[in-house]
Amino acid sequence: MLLRHTPTEITERKSLMINPAKTCQPIGAMYAALGIHGCLPHSHGSQGCCAYHRSTLTRHYKEPISAATSSFTEGASVFGGQANLLQAIDNIFTVYEPEVIAVHTTCLSETIGDDLKQIAHKAEKEGKIPEGKFVIGAPTPSYVGSHVTGFSNMVKAMAQLATPGTKKNGKVNVIPGWVEPSDMEEIKRLASVVGVDITLFPDTSGVLNAPLTGEYKMFPDGGVTMKELKDTGGAIGTLALGEWCSADAARWLDSKCKVPCTILDMPFGLNATDRFIDVLRTVAGVTVPEAIDVERGQLVDMISDMHQYFYGKKVAIYGDPDQLISMCEFLRALDMQPVHVITGTPGKEFERRIKEITADMPCEVNVKAKSDMFQLHQWIKNEPVDLLIGNSYGKYIARDEDIPFLRWGFPILDRQGHQYFPTVGYKGGLRLLEKILGLLLDRKDRDEPEESFELVL
Amino acid sequence: MTKTTKMVQWSPTDIKDELLKKYPPKVARKRAKQIMINEAVGADTSPEIVANVRTIPGIITMRGCTYAGCKGVIMGPTRDIVNIVHGPVGCSFYAWLTRRNQTDAGKDGENYIPYCFTTDMQDQDIIFGGEKKLEAAVIEAYELFHPKGICIFATCPVGLIGDDIHAVARKLSAQYEDCNIFAFSCEGYKGVSQSAGHHIANNQVFTHLVGENKTSPEGEYKINLLGEYNIGGDGFEIDRIFKKCGITNISTFSGNSSYDQFASAQHADLSCVMCHRSINYVADMLETKYGIPWIKVNFIGARSTAKSLRKIGEYFGDPKLIKRINDVIAEEMPEVEVVANDVLPRTNGKTAMIFVGGSRAHSYQDLFAEMGMKTISAGYEFAHRDDYEGRHVIPSLKVDSDSRNIEELTVEADEKYFKARKTPDEINALEAAGLKFKHYEGLNKDMDNGSIIVDDLNQYEAEKLVEILKPDVFCAGIKEKFSIQKLGVPMKQLHSYDSGGPYAGFKGAVNFYKEIDRLVGSKVWGYMKAPWQKNPELTATFVWE
Ligand code: SF4
Ligand code: SF4
Repeated sequence: MLLRHTPTEITERKSLMINPAKTCQPIGAMYAALGIHGCLPHSHGSQGCCAYHRSTLTRHYKEPISAATSSFTEGASVFGGQANLLQAIDNIFTVYEPEVIAVHTTCLSETIGDDLKQIAHKAEKEGKIPEGKFVIGAPTPSYVGSHVTGFSNMVKAMAQLATPGTKKNGKVNVIPGWVEPSDMEEIKRLASVVGVDITLFPDTSGVLNAPLTGEYKMFPDGGVTMKELKDTGGAIGTLALGEWCSADAARWLDSKCKVPCTILDMPFGLNATDRFIDVLRTVAGVTVPEAIDVERGQLVDMISDMHQYFYGKKVAIYGDPDQLISMCEFLRALDMQPVHVITGTPGKEFERRIKEITADMPCEVNVKAKSDMFQLHQWIKNEPVDLLIGNSYGKYIARDEDIPFLRWGFPILDRQGHQYFPTVGYKGGLRLLEKILGLLLDRKDRDEPEESFELVL
Repeated sequence: MTKTTKMVQWSPTDIKDELLKKYPPKVARKRAKQIMINEAVGADTSPEIVANVRTIPGIITMRGCTYAGCKGVIMGPTRDIVNIVHGPVGCSFYAWLTRRNQTDAGKDGENYIPYCFTTDMQDQDIIFGGEKKLEAAVIEAYELFHPKGICIFATCPVGLIGDDIHAVARKLSAQYEDCNIFAFSCEGYKGVSQSAGHHIANNQVFTHLVGENKTSPEGEYKINLLGEYNIGGDGFEIDRIFKKCGITNISTFSGNSSYDQFASAQHADLSCVMCHRSINYVADMLETKYGIPWIKVNFIGARSTAKSLRKIGEYFGDPKLIKRINDVIAEEMPEVEVVANDVLPRTNGKTAMIFVGGSRAHSYQDLFAEMGMKTISAGYEFAHRDDYEGRHVIPSLKVDSDSRNIEELTVEADEKYFKARKTPDEINALEAAGLKFKHYEGLNKDMDNGSIIVDDLNQYEAEKLVEILKPDVFCAGIKEKFSIQKLGVPMKQLHSYDSGGPYAGFKGAVNFYKEIDRLVGSKVWGYMKAPWQKNPELTATFVWE
């Protein structure tokens, strides 16, 4: 028993968060910025935040995560961090030669009230930004929202590079939200199979799943280019995948550049992928090729083949809102029952969506935004489940309560593969099913008494 | 090009120039003072290095912050204290289980290490102040868990808005008599590195915990082990050896530690300091206040472990203990030697670089030496000059504005509990016999002439060093791991080992030999180029036979 102090009895907590199901804004901004080609993320604050964000991203993606920091000490905290940032910009362009520096703030610089725009402007006036290079910025105070909010803020900063009145280019912007590099790759593949020319941003594929060659590239080949970002204003439309991660950027492009946007769920599972493909072909005015129908049919086939093992199984799940919404919908499509659902990220809308998705369940769902994993564990103690889904921190609950555990979400610190194998789209759906099945059947094989332990299942 | 020809081509001065070449002049001037070509061998004084100074904005550093040193390193491994981080969620989240501090929940079963507690400050708390929320959070924690102790940690924004965390702690400590509540002003920006956080943590532990338990634990030869954090179970192995030798370890600061261990530290008769950087001042304070002398030990490396055990034996001077220690060493060493001899043909003559923390870059050199491996470049992430040059430079250390932020405790001999463990004559006699007290000569003395010592190494310099000197293994932290490996060089994490361990003591040495043998011998480093990349020109047409 690892979480042996967690009581079954649930008392109300107003001030103490225990075992959070979220983290802070800058890490999301840092991840998003890595999806721009030639970009060095920069954390404006004291260096500890940056060290923590880099460590966590490194452990999750198993790739080098380069990011610089303004390295505040007490002086900067009192007098403001302008001098530190100006010096940093100068040093970064001289030493690392990135195409663009994407600055985000931390709690500290936000609390002091440093103005990124004004500092970047000053840097430009002082000639600290070389010709053809850029400094972009996003405010990411961690006392608002979560890592998802930070991601969204940086993605919005990318969208803001678009200039109104850009010439129409016939492309579709797709904002994938906080998904794995493998997922971004899969979204690009799906679009190309459908035959739609897209600009995906951010795009961490090729950046955070780079090959081992004996050479270290601080800026690998992947990522959306600055030119493409500027061109997003000329797209025929924007598909934003996920309200929390992507909608702000899409709405900005809509209102400022008249690029109409559609906000969709992230394409995890059957139905959300269906909607994604359907909207994609509608905006681009193309017919969905048969190859997609085949992929889809394979997923449906596997669901029907294995339905007996999914049917009625109870699931507890935690993570980020956009991902949970699609995942819960997928679980329902399998006739599984997400009975306990929490996210640390705030948003009443989240609870409403989950309730809507689970409305046809034979029991009520326990759902809470702005919650924590201590609460989730207490719920599980009171109403046990057959499967737990979430990031690596769930392994403590899974072991204590002896529940099969699917690692999915962020961060995954103790398993590999997520950077290579997608879980979005129909193919991603197949992979999710394979994993869930494996867990449930391994469990059955382990627990069955000798006489009913059978070869054929 | 082979490694040796590279070494011949590059003189240390050339290497230093190469590291500095690309920097803007101001940065180059500053870094030049933190990069040193070692000339320590044979000389009485080693060249001065600049350390414990601010990180350069924009230069990608390996360092963390004061909070990380306080909550993450020092208080993290303590199992029965509820550690509440006052601040927005992130700081607490990242220090949650990420240092691999193993712990044994003990008989009472109290263990909060798998938990993460935070006040998760929101914007209204930043605007109107978060003291009320903190107070409520502590009360909620107390009512849920009834722990012996609750510690509160301040993060950057808390310091800025001026929440008085100590007042909250005092108030609640008075309210709950069975719970010791105190706080740490360890805001990330307070110092130039984690080092400031170690200091803040240790001061508070010394003030609020040490001495609380008045009953002396049983045991013939009682020691404290300072500066050991039980990463990957290191402390377990050291404790196993102590037990076998009949030495009673009253308290480890702070690996696998408990409230009661800290509270009883004053009952020890000797303090043994592992990580000099993180804790040397606590050893000093224990001596001044309670009369407990201290010696520097190193349990990384089998020979170092044997040497350190013998030092402890010498100190107590009891032939029974000395014999037992020698018996234990004789019993443990054969197994270690079997493995050492097995790996030696594969590791001998290979090279390492170590850039970690504030002691490990030194302690691990012995372990590498046991495998015939040389450390050609090393440095610390957050050391001070004494960790490089030895304790004799302490009086000449400049106190700059950043260091002035960190409270220095003035301690005096405790009227009631001070007891000199040895008379001055006894100490002198032991010193005359070769046992040195309060003694540490630093890293430079143990490294070869001409080796390159770099303080606060950064990513750019690391990459350059590896390209130029092509070490067979590079040691640093998780942030450095994959950029080094992309260069085709294996990287071993030595802050927190993300896999493996323990590496301390005899069994740890065996683990480490095997691990390094695996790393330097792994076939994967030979796979960097595909056959067609090694030989790209088409010289003949392939003919199917
Ligand atoms: S919560 Fe704020 S201070 Fe803490 S790590 Fe995140 S940005 Fe830094
Ligand atoms: S050994 Fe290194 S990492 Fe550990 S506490 Fe000391 S300085 Fe820190």
